[in-house]
Amino acid sequence: MTGPGPGEAALSAGWEPVIGLEVHCELRTRTKLFCGCRNAFGDEPNTNVCPVCLGLPGSLPVLNAVAVEFAMRIGMALHCEIRPSLFHRKNYFYPDMPKDYQVSQYDAPINVNGWLELPDGSRVGVERAHMEEDTGKTSHIGGGGRIHDAEHALVDYNRAGVPLVEIVSAPDIRSSSQARLYASELRAILVATGASDGRMEEGSMRVDANVSVRPAGKVELGTRCEIKNLNSLRSLGRAIEFEIERQVTLLESGATVVQQTRHWNEDAGETVALRSKEEAFDYRYFPEPDLVPVVPDAGWQAEVAVALGPMPADRRATLAALVGPAHASEARTDQIATVVELGLDGLVTAAAAGGADAGLALARAANEAAADVDAALRLDTAAFTTLVRMEQEATLSATQAKAVLAAMLESGGDPAEIARAKGFEALEESSLATVVAEVVAAHPDEWQRYVEGEDKLVGFFTGKVMRATENRANGKAVAAELNRLRA
Amino acid sequence: MEERRLTRQDAAYVARLARIELTEEELDRYADQLATVLAHAAEIAALDTDGVVPTAHPLPLRNVTRPDEPRPSLDRDEVLSEAPAVEDRRFRVPRILGDVP
Amino acid sequence: MTRGAPALEIARKVRDGSVSAAEVVEESLAAIDAVDPEVHAFLIVLHDDARSAAADIDRAVAAGEDPGPLAGVPVAVKDNLCTRGVPTTCSSRILEGWRPPYDATVVERLRAAGAIVMGKTNLDEFAMGSSTENSAFGPTRNPHDLTRVPGGSSGGSAAAVAAGLVPLALGSDTGGSIRQPAALCGVVGMKPTYGTVSRYGLIAFASSLDQVGPLTTTVTDSAALFDAIGGQDLRDSTCLERPAPRSVSVLSDGVEGLRVGVLAELVDDVDPAVAGRVREAAEALAAAGAVVEECSVPELRHGLPAYYLLAPAEASSNLARYDGVRYGLRVEADTVEAMNAATRAAGFGAEVKRRIMLGTYALSAGYYDAYYGQAQKVRTLIVEALESAYRRFDALLGATTPTTAFAIGAKIDDPWAMYLSDVCTVPSNLAGHPAISVPFGADDDGLPVGVQVLAPALGEPVLFRVAAVLEDAAPVAAPPKVHAR
Repeated sequence: MTGPGPGEAALSAGWEPVIGLEVHCELRTRTKLFCGCRNAFGDEPNTNVCPVCLGLPGSLPVLNAVAVEFAMRIGMALHCEIRPSLFHRKNYFYPDMPKDYQVSQYDAPINVNGWLELPDGSRVGVERAHMEEDTGKTSHIGGGGRIHDAEHALVDYNRAGVPLVEIVSAPDIRSSSQARLYASELRAILVATGASDGRMEEGSMRVDANVSVRPAGKVELGTRCEIKNLNSLRSLGRAIEFEIERQVTLLESGATVVQQTRHWNEDAGETVALRSKEEAFDYRYFPEPDLVPVVPDAGWQAEVAVALGPMPADRRATLAALVGPAHASEARTDQIATVVELGLDGLVTAAAAGGADAGLALARAANEAAADVDAALRLDTAAFTTLVRMEQEATLSATQAKAVLAAMLESGGDPAEIARAKGFEALEESSLATVVAEVVAAHPDEWQRYVEGEDKLVGFFTGKVMRATENRANGKAVAAELNRLRA
Repeated sequence: MEERRLTRQDAAYVARLARIELTEEELDRYADQLATVLAHAAEIAALDTDGVVPTAHPLPLRNVTRPDEPRPSLDRDEVLSEAPAVEDRRFRVPRILGDVP
Repeated sequence: MTRGAPALEIARKVRDGSVSAAEVVEESLAAIDAVDPEVHAFLIVLHDDARSAAADIDRAVAAGEDPGPLAGVPVAVKDNLCTRGVPTTCSSRILEGWRPPYDATVVERLRAAGAIVMGKTNLDEFAMGSSTENSAFGPTRNPHDLTRVPGGSSGGSAAAVAAGLVPLALGSDTGGSIRQPAALCGVVGMKPTYGTVSRYGLIAFASSLDQVGPLTTTVTDSAALFDAIGGQDLRDSTCLERPAPRSVSVLSDGVEGLRVGVLAELVDDVDPAVAGRVREAAEALAAAGAVVEECSVPELRHGLPAYYLLAPAEASSNLARYDGVRYGLRVEADTVEAMNAATRAAGFGAEVKRRIMLGTYALSAGYYDAYYGQAQKVRTLIVEALESAYRRFDALLGATTPTTAFAIGAKIDDPWAMYLSDVCTVPSNLAGHPAISVPFGADDDGLPVGVQVLAPALGEPVLFRVAAVLEDAAPVAAPPKVHAR
């Protein structure tokens, strides 16, 4: 994302991309949506199956209460309205479908009319987030593993019946970079709700993109194509850019865009049309007679809301408020985004509550602690708070503080003890003045230039002072002393 | 509502959707029988049902759920022993011509 | 207990040791072996399993353990109920030889009650039919007249009880499939309130209409079997918690002061002989102290068309899973699509294909509102109309089916004529209400007539009370031509 992509180029050529994303998210339940088989990734084929998820004759579904709770958490996190809902049957044949219908939600989904706020403050609408069951997995054998050249196929039903929430955005997205931001933020939200682990590479979060273009300024939507097989945020961005360019080229040459499903080919870097259908498939949706309506009353919703922690946007806002608007900057915004994404904001808020400077705590968390996230998450917050305060009060220099933090990440411990062990004692003012005077005396030419106004030589002198004091000097104190001497 | 007699083309369409292969003779016969049955069943088309809520479930049950507790799965050998074709611990099928609809 | 109760009598004797379960089972097996070649009620007889189960019961009795309320009672199970390790075919080639890896809940409960599963009975394929002629494995014959149908779809279960092969059988009822064969065979057949008996392990035809129920020779046994198999099942989301079973205990309560309505819609258009028996039944109830009046619920006339849109629609979806991939018949082909289509063409009979196609059409885009959607609304109208009737009456009375047993082959080529057999029974399925057919005399040819009692949801106590009085008042029936005795 280092320059304008084709999306931005299209816009400047008078075409507006219109993008909506459909995200299928696997829920982190212990068991499947309608039966007690384990919801686990990577087990031996066909070992987590039972009459229900195999769709054996006579079997019946029973809804997993935690899956409903997770679906509600997702709805709440996306500011949706939670409604009484029904399950419907979506009827079609495919070998990975044990019943040859999928139990899903159709015109009465559990969550509707929400939105998601991106880190830059813009909002993307969320039309719905509904529950449905996952299918089994088909492997195509022969012909390089691609469906169209295969000789036969093998089916594993371990994944059949795993709970999914399908999240459909409004077509509010206008560029590939915004799409990536949306997907990234959505993933962070899903992880924050505890409902999903958001691992695109394991297939627990699957993104499809609906892409169309229209003349800039027009209100009607152009014909859209659905893009599938996007296995990473990078693929998502690349595929959208390719598709925008493809559609613009078609339209500018006087041709039309055909509504179709297209498959992203990562190696070739292009979307390819799947066999096009003459008409939309008739799924013959009707209410699932084997399941009763789900009516999340106020009491149930309240229970779920209590269990729901703050979302990334809320956590970013908390940090921004702690740092204070007067100290806001792009660098700060980036640090805040990083810290929240890595889950280290707890360290910062605890440090601020313990009297440490929020901005300094933020910087140390974003720049240093982030180097080892797992260790940072295990850091004792009181120790971190003490460390930040030591630096803040000039007991330690910045360099020293970073060294102590690195040691704490490595093997924990108390910052004061670590500082002592490393020989980091505060340099007293008088000894600092002595060292500065010695360094100044040793470099008369540079001193002359500094006195005449070459302020950047502060760095030169500070470096010498640091070397002479084995990094125990406080940079700001050195600068102040140099200034005092010059005056 | 428009009442129209079910045609042979309709019968062919639903047979395709329902994945049932029919001979030409069967198609003719079933289309005729279905058209007759449908004509009888469509007698309810004329009833005024404005404002009537459809009955999807005969019972007033709501929120029937189970806890998220694992239960024993089936023994894989027992499952695969009933399968028409097995390869590499999975169900084997002929090549799949079309994409997921 | 003074009422006739062959099954409960057997259980009492087995429990007190005066008869062994082994003897009971041998008697039943001998009857089946002697009679069933003519009747063809059974698709499979479980000689070894039954003997083994009987031995277990006798061991328990000898050890002073409680063998269960139905100890040693031979039971036949309709072949659309899963029995673990035993072929369960739904009388279809597409499931020929398929062995379920689990028991249906009702089968588990029967076994837990000490009953002994003697075999699986014949049905119309996937429970679609009113004559058992739609079985892929040959029809069942009516024990009263072997040239005639036993009714359907639970024809095998009804015939097995009528011929004295077993005192109890399980059937399923979606549009009358327990009650109508009960009427045609002269036995008691009951459809419980929807949700009172678990459907887990019942191979689905129409999910919002199907219920498992008992076929028996007496009302007492019917109540006892209902009590034994009913109750909440956590594996069925549509199954209710229910109050403690007490159906048998209300049987002698009588009908004094009960208000019974005779439904014009269930009498006016039926055969005169059948109508005549219904009127006699009404008089019998009045004589026993009930307040009997004629009544009319015109909405019931819309039940049959609504049913023949709703049931096939649900069936078209329930039967999609038979695709040759995971179990059952497979006809090989080059692609999976061709394999599916060829398998289903070879595996399903004509009636099943018709209903799948009809149901697919009723759900299809552009037709959903007019057909399926409208039928669900008509269903509401019927429910409301019946509930309105139940503000005036405690129970309703009528014929179970318009005719007595018809000849094999008589209606098989005219689907709608066959569907008309269900006109009196479908309203209870649509409403989810309980209903029972009680044998009440015969027609001039000696063919059994059944009269039907209807009650509101969870009205089984009233249902059985009225049924008990009708049973006592019924004209003495001639035994079937073919019978174990």
